Amino acid sequence: MARSTQKSLFTADLILPACRDAFHKLDPRELIRNPVMFTTATVALLLTLLLLIGRDGLAPGFKLQLVVWLWLTVLFGTFAEALAEGRGKAQAASLRATRAELTARRLKGGGDAYETVPASALRAGDVVLVETGDLIPSDGEVVEGVASVNEAAITGESAPVIREAGGDRSAVTAGTRVLSDRIRVRVTVNPGQGFLDRMIALVEGAERQKTPNEIALTLLLVGLTIIFLIAVGTIPGFASYAGGSVPVAILAALLITLIPTTIAALLSAIGIAGMDRLVRFNVLAKSGRAVEAAGDVDVLLLDKTGTITVGDRQATEFRPVGGTSAAALAEAALLASLADETPEGRSIVQLARETFGCAGVALPDDARIIPFTAQTRLSGVGIHGSVIQKGAVDSILKANPGAGGTAAATELRRITDDIARAGGTPLAVAKDGRLLGAIFLKDIVKAGIRERFGELRQMGIRTVMITGDNPLTAASIAAEAGVDDFLAQATPEDKLALIRKEQQGGRLVAMCGDGTNDAPALAQADVGVAMNTGTQAAREAGNMVDLDSDPTKLIEVVGLGKQLLMTRGALTTFSVANDVAKYFAIIPAMFVALYPGLAALNIMGLATPQSAILSAIIFNALIIPCLVPLALRGVTYRPMGAGPLLARNLALYGLGGLVAPFIGIKLIDLAVNGLGLA
Amino acid sequence: MTMEGWLLILAFTGLLIALAKPVGLWLFALYEGRSTPLHRLLGPVERGFYRLSGIDPEEEQGWRRYAVHMLIFNAVLMLFTYALLRLQGVLPLNPSGHEGTSAHLAFNTAISFTTNTNWQSYAGESTLSNLSQMLGLAIHNFLSAATGIALAFALFRGFARRSAATIGNFWADCTRVTLYLLLPLCVVVALFYIASGVPQTLAGSVDVTTLEGVKQTLALGPVAGQEAIKMLGTNGGGFFNANSAHPFENPTALTNFVQMLSILLIGAGLTFTFGKAVGNSRQGWAILAAMMILFLAGATITYWQEAAGNPVLHDLGVAGGNMEGKEVRFGIAASALFSVVTTAASCGGVNAMHDSFTAIGGLVPLFNMQLGEVVIGGVGAGIYGFLLFAILAVFVAGLMVGRTPEYVGKKIESREVKLAVLAIAVLPLVILGFTALASVLPAGLAGPLNKGPHGFSEILYAFTSAVANNGSAFAGLSANTPFYNGLLGVAMWIGRFFIIVPMLAIAGSLAAKKYTPETAGSFPTTGPLWTGLLVGIILILGGLTFLPGLALGPVADHLAMIHGQLF
Repeated sequence: MARSTQKSLFTADLILPACRDAFHKLDPRELIRNPVMFTTATVALLLTLLLLIGRDGLAPGFKLQLVVWLWLTVLFGTFAEALAEGRGKAQAASLRATRAELTARRLKGGGDAYETVPASALRAGDVVLVETGDLIPSDGEVVEGVASVNEAAITGESAPVIREAGGDRSAVTAGTRVLSDRIRVRVTVNPGQGFLDRMIALVEGAERQKTPNEIALTLLLVGLTIIFLIAVGTIPGFASYAGGSVPVAILAALLITLIPTTIAALLSAIGIAGMDRLVRFNVLAKSGRAVEAAGDVDVLLLDKTGTITVGDRQATEFRPVGGTSAAALAEAALLASLADETPEGRSIVQLARETFGCAGVALPDDARIIPFTAQTRLSGVGIHGSVIQKGAVDSILKANPGAGGTAAATELRRITDDIARAGGTPLAVAKDGRLLGAIFLKDIVKAGIRERFGELRQMGIRTVMITGDNPLTAASIAAEAGVDDFLAQATPEDKLALIRKEQQGGRLVAMCGDGTNDAPALAQADVGVAMNTGTQAAREAGNMVDLDSDPTKLIEVVGLGKQLLMTRGALTTFSVANDVAKYFAIIPAMFVALYPGLAALNIMGLATPQSAILSAIIFNALIIPCLVPLALRGVTYRPMGAGPLLARNLALYGLGGLVAPFIGIKLIDLAVNGLGLA
Repeated sequence: MTMEGWLLILAFTGLLIALAKPVGLWLFALYEGRSTPLHRLLGPVERGFYRLSGIDPEEEQGWRRYAVHMLIFNAVLMLFTYALLRLQGVLPLNPSGHEGTSAHLAFNTAISFTTNTNWQSYAGESTLSNLSQMLGLAIHNFLSAATGIALAFALFRGFARRSAATIGNFWADCTRVTLYLLLPLCVVVALFYIASGVPQTLAGSVDVTTLEGVKQTLALGPVAGQEAIKMLGTNGGGFFNANSAHPFENPTALTNFVQMLSILLIGAGLTFTFGKAVGNSRQGWAILAAMMILFLAGATITYWQEAAGNPVLHDLGVAGGNMEGKEVRFGIAASALFSVVTTAASCGGVNAMHDSFTAIGGLVPLFNMQLGEVVIGGVGAGIYGFLLFAILAVFVAGLMVGRTPEYVGKKIESREVKLAVLAIAVLPLVILGFTALASVLPAGLAGPLNKGPHGFSEILYAFTSAVANNGSAFAGLSANTPFYNGLLGVAMWIGRFFIIVPMLAIAGSLAAKKYTPETAGSFPTTGPLWTGLLVGIILILGGLTFLPGLALGPVADHLAMIHGQLF
């Protein structure tokens, strides 16, 4: 599942099963889901019968070749779909193996008594006991205990994660392994509905339903097929007026080359491959609809921490108060931070050493460390009877009531406001009840993120930063990161309200979240990406789950959604544009016997009417496997405005689709004649 | 080809584009139901109508109600005309004493005028009484045009409204368009025609002695008024059989120019109205630009081919362009331009005989109609037909920007695609289907005058003209038979209403949608790229559908001509 295990597109172990499945998919019940390919198969069947009984003056060898290429057209289509599914199937097989070996220790009553049952016997509400080395038998919520869990089976990431009762890290997934401690897990899903089951179904494409856009596209393709059926079906009447007739085999060839077989053959492969790209990106979409919606997103709600800024703030400045020198403040801050192993603490040490040469300062052996607690919300150190504290300004003032009304306190307030306005977080430092000054902790905006937002803006996507910071800090970071808007001191309710407001304006909103209180907003958003480390509620509410729990990925998810839609559009345009050349191959070949003058339309200079028709049908068939890699990889996607993007793709797939078959058919014609096939 | 010829085409195009905005603004006022300067004068008439018929013009209709009311209205008018034509022999205002028409001719004519087609299987002056012309046909000239414009308004509202259940009131739209646009414009243009020498009288025919001393009967009648609405409403049904080639319908080069301009005037204005309705004039200009590209391409090809003339005749020592079937007072350029104008729109009035055009010169009018007359097109019908193509164009190529396709703020989804395909497929189904039928049945084969591909073109042209509601004839086809009258009548009916109903359903579906604001990531539907895409999609879809037919008709005809064979 990990990105490192990506498989190349065409390896023998993928292609061989796909070839076999291509034939299985000829089952009419499955084929009818794709009306264009069903039409092609029907025509192929009809011609096969005609081959046996028909007498139309055409050489049997020629007709046989037509029939073979018609069947190949169908088979190439089913092969493309099978190949796209194949990669998912391999993943599903290993997941299935994991699921099969799961057993559970189901607790009876309130005590420690349990019975061992297969995981499939578990029902939502059961409580199971999981100990070191056990595989977690079912999705659930930790109700008691803490454990480190290896979730590599799902995420591909082997570093263990902590799962504990209560809070936002209580969700566990079936198939993951407990590495230490024991936990009690309340099962939240019934068999067959768990995360693992859904993942198997997803990667296998078994439950794949057509997405709204796919349905609309299929309707268009059916419409085109009907129009071409009319266009071809009326030709015998026209020909009879001209005093001739056109053999059914030739009409069939014209019909199949005209109807949009190329895009129809690749349509479901494109959809499956799009989902597969997400999966390989370690994001699970619960429906294809969500992937399409990602392409349409107008507004991205991004959490500040971890997405826009690196999670850790860094000290950038010392601001002394009350006559203290900056050097003295730096030394005190250094001493108070030497034992602080947080990234912020380490950054204070580094800053003090680099700017004030406190290189030699070290903690004496008898120093008493004051650890950070949630109650005091400060930390520090006691050295030879004197105490240095550092912490949030309010906490320091609370811990040192005497410093409250002093001039230094007033000055500190002013400085800390300045820091907040500049987008930083102030930490106050006090020594023995006296305020020394403040440390400027700065949020570090991720490198390159500003450019990313610039790209998004070009694509017409607005970014909104969500943060718990006060508006001053938020505004400053927002300006530095280049987001379009921000929501400060955001509560989950604020988020939900913002999403609703944007949606009322007709915009589609994407967000990511992990907490239970994010769940309503995740459900409301058009694209809600839940972090895998999040709670079960969040994972249920979102329509995608990011197994890496990396909120930055939201941006890539949008890109993948766009790529999926673009691939569909590009191949549709290509397919329709192809028809022009096919007409120029077949029309003169078909009618030249009626009106010899029409030979002038044979602008490709194809050798004989037979070779022209054969070349068109061969091109029509071969273009499908040629485009399979494009369908599976997706068209190249670069973030840019819609105008240039359209110009580029129109030139590539529109004009290219117009010109390519002229060249292709001519080359095939040369080959066909060179080999003496017609 | 002459400099004068090119100047005529360019001056015409320039003037048309210049007039699009003022006409479009006037139409926009009617679209919004706002007051115009004419309301002071005609407002009481409008209100009188509503009171008389018990209509509340403010009552909004959903698409189904709008469609049903429109259909009933048209059905009643059609039955009325049918009865009138059958009974004209016993009704007044029949100075020339014409008999009631045959059942199949009345059927064909009633449908023809109801559907804004004005296909005429008869010669007006020798078949219809003045009452039939004025009451039976002129009424349709106004109301079929008003119906078309009302329907365009309904579709515009579909695009413009947000989360709405209704698309306007059919009766109010129809009344306003007739009263504040068609009638006043007609009065002005008719006065101009009268001043130019077009007769407007209730008298019958006049017998005169010509310079050669021969007695000749000159048919007269209320021509000028009918001529005005014939062009403005893209109807095309002439008072005389010779249509606008007749000196009493179209006496001078200036009337000829005004006639061409009136054909496209309202259609071009509606593109601007659309832009205003959706809140971005550039959307309208982009559509007009695409239309004008197709128009100029057609005009250029036809003019070039007609001016080049016939090589077979050149070999016989007849120099110059193709003047067969053209009026000497108009010449090649004005005739070629007229033929493209009248088929770009669903007018069908002619000032030359398209049957006598060169093969490719005649292919352009034919192809114009097969595209569904979306190059400016019939009043209302042109723009709504064009918007159906726009929906498909957006859908095919719109995905390439990586978003669900949107057009002027509305997402295009399966329902719209389904309905648009349905509406567009009607054209090939009926045109090709009926042509194939006529090509194999003895009753159909009896129609065409010429043999070979040219005869086939005559049949193809007739059904194309009927389905596209154009009404121009390729001539050469003897169509006043039960077979052709009946089949063409059905073709006209299907060609009009089987497109309108899905189109209204699209309007309803779009109106109900939320508005999607345009962003830098939205598919751009205003620039040259979009215009080019529209042209491409229309040509490819139209071309691919009709190429086999065209190849066996005009193309084979043309290639045979090059090889010295004429049909």
